Amino acid sequence: MEKTKVIVGLGSCGIAAGAFKTYQKLESILNADKLDFELKKTSCIGMCFREPLVEIIDRNGSYIYGNVDENRISEIIEKHIKNDEPIKEYVVATKLFETEDNKFFDAQVKIALRHCGTIDPESIIEYESQLGYEAIKKIAKEKITYEAVIQSILDSGIRGRGGGGFSTGMKWKFARNNKSDEKYIICNADEGDPGAFMDRSLLEGDPHAVLEGMIIGAFAIGATDGVIYCRAEYPLAIKRLNIAIEQAQQKGYLGKNILGIEGFNFDIHIKEGAGAFVCGEETALIASVEGERGMPRKRPPFPAESGLWRKPTNINNVETFANIPWIIYNGAAEYAKYGTEKSKGTKVFALAGKINHSGLVEVPMGITIRDIIFKLGGGIPNGKKFKAVQLGGPSGGCIPEFLADTVVDYDSVNATGAIMGSGGMVVMDEDTCMVDIAKFFLNFTQAESCGKCTFCRIGTKRMLEILERITNGNGKHEDIAKLEELAVQIKDNSLCGLGQTAPNPVLTTLKYFRDEYEAHIFAKKCPAKACKPLLTYEIIADKCTGCTICAVKCPVKAITGERKQVHFIHQEMCIKCGDCYSRCKFEAISLQ
Amino acid sequence: MRIERIKKTIENKANEAVDLKLIDPVIEKYKGKKGILIPVLQGAQHIYGYIPKEVFIKISEECGLKLSDMYGVATFYAQFRLNPVGKHIIKVCHGTACHVQNANSITEAIQESLGVLDGETTEDRMFTLESVACLGCCSLAPAMMIGDDTYAKLTGKEAVNIIKNIKIKESN
Repeated sequence: MEKTKVIVGLGSCGIAAGAFKTYQKLESILNADKLDFELKKTSCIGMCFREPLVEIIDRNGSYIYGNVDENRISEIIEKHIKNDEPIKEYVVATKLFETEDNKFFDAQVKIALRHCGTIDPESIIEYESQLGYEAIKKIAKEKITYEAVIQSILDSGIRGRGGGGFSTGMKWKFARNNKSDEKYIICNADEGDPGAFMDRSLLEGDPHAVLEGMIIGAFAIGATDGVIYCRAEYPLAIKRLNIAIEQAQQKGYLGKNILGIEGFNFDIHIKEGAGAFVCGEETALIASVEGERGMPRKRPPFPAESGLWRKPTNINNVETFANIPWIIYNGAAEYAKYGTEKSKGTKVFALAGKINHSGLVEVPMGITIRDIIFKLGGGIPNGKKFKAVQLGGPSGGCIPEFLADTVVDYDSVNATGAIMGSGGMVVMDEDTCMVDIAKFFLNFTQAESCGKCTFCRIGTKRMLEILERITNGNGKHEDIAKLEELAVQIKDNSLCGLGQTAPNPVLTTLKYFRDEYEAHIFAKKCPAKACKPLLTYEIIADKCTGCTICAVKCPVKAITGERKQVHFIHQEMCIKCGDCYSRCKFEAISLQ
Repeated sequence: MRIERIKKTIENKANEAVDLKLIDPVIEKYKGKKGILIPVLQGAQHIYGYIPKEVFIKISEECGLKLSDMYGVATFYAQFRLNPVGKHIIKVCHGTACHVQNANSITEAIQESLGVLDGETTEDRMFTLESVACLGCCSLAPAMMIGDDTYAKLTGKEAVNIIKNIKIKESN
């Protein structure tokens, strides 16, 4: 009989939630009690909201336990392992009985994330045992030509998962058709979109799938060298990639005449990014790999013609590469079964913000945004109202509640003014001010503009200044018109994707939440009560008991009143720090 | 724009001598190869915690890189620092998810507790406070990173307590 397995999820989020302590505790229990179970590691299972997660696989099946801290693990081992009694109320997901969170997995189709959270990412043997490297072996064994590989990718209909949505097969075809003795394939792992973390999870959870995707890509386009451009902010991903590359070299998946394919020589190196959002743009990324400032170059020539070191270069995103081995092994038709007419397959979304079940989900294209947020995501916490979802990071936009039935595919999302982007979904509730969100993104793009194009460099700065004065209560009547004018000019006159999309957050919020802008400018009010300078704190006479706590603690002594008498806030002195509001035990301070 | 990253150079008050020998293995590793500027600077920063002026000059002379190119790259990327930093670097995440979960209050609480502004280092050179764009820990927002440890689902109070605990450990 197989040993019972105890698997701890040790991705970055899991570790941040304390999974490493749980793992250490398990190690000590295992050593001290001489128990007969196998302790294993894996990476992100996707259920970040229940971290730390521990999966126990016994003869009956799999049980995933949630919120497993050091105390809980002892209890679970005591009952489940020693006495064979699973603790049902701690189980968050299993196929054996109903749990509240089972539905988080039910609607998912895992292709890119197929191994995440099930295998040990630091073991090539585990990857191989799950059909790992079978796709490249199939190419070698059945002597599949590069034309056929490219045709499969074309037939699968997969489009770039990094945000652009360009056909991956077309890209490969262009790179193949350019003749050169040296060609490069680059994996873009510079996941700069704030709010997106699927690439990190994939690299941490299944680095070999990304490597295999790159190897297949290299075979298809005839690349001689591969580069993974990974953010330095992801130390765990870099560590696991290095381990994976070394293992793949030892097993002959990288090197000379790979798997006996005559003349197929290919190796992969990691380049650590140095922190610049613009390096997600292909030509800027290439400049950065070459050791220059990451400034975009004019296209054409496209990288497929003249890229890294002026040689033909193909760049794909992490998630795209992770899909490739599955498509080659299972066939293009199998992949194209999922999705909509123009957007095939599945997409990974990172759910974050004001949502109950934050985490990673992989769903077929064509599912509605509402289903993702309410069925998989479990809705909005604290009974608040769902207001909007931000899709596509700083290049994307906010999709309001009334468009929540939009299906996710590249074209439908684009029609709303947002973009699919890399798939970061930040959910906002009624307490989120949309003008503040627009300001937040402009602040980001303004700081990240490389400075090459005047409209992007200066235009974003001017837009930010306008948004700042609106949220400070100094908005002018003509500000909305000015924002719209600048937005159009920046879009039209910027060289790269960063500038061309920088105004999107402002344009979508203006389109769907214009009333909020108007409330800030004309009424000097923030409807979401998020912009501090526009708030007024007042004491509700009926509720004030005269306990004096607010008056004592007010940093500017703007509150006066005798003990047991109703207090008063002097508005001209108030700095709107909110201290009194959070201190009052009687809810006697109103916020307008 | 990215040029605004260039902060006023603080005089090296402690007047510490920079040990230039430490950088030799890095230069040895990359010398003569192409595309080395960023890895060399990353190597230097890994050793010194920032890139001292003397090290710039030494790398430039020995690797044949132009000082102007090096300075251009060092000021372009967020990762590079031209000033000495504290022993512990506190990176408070200001990504979208953290922003909507009130990351500002974390930065404000730390600023108040340490008496430094964003980007500054405490006088005892123990802590440097930084804001970063996204740590990729969005599902557990708001988050911060000190060294290699990530702390999640914070409140201002908790963040300050974590820093206090590090202080206590350091003074022992």
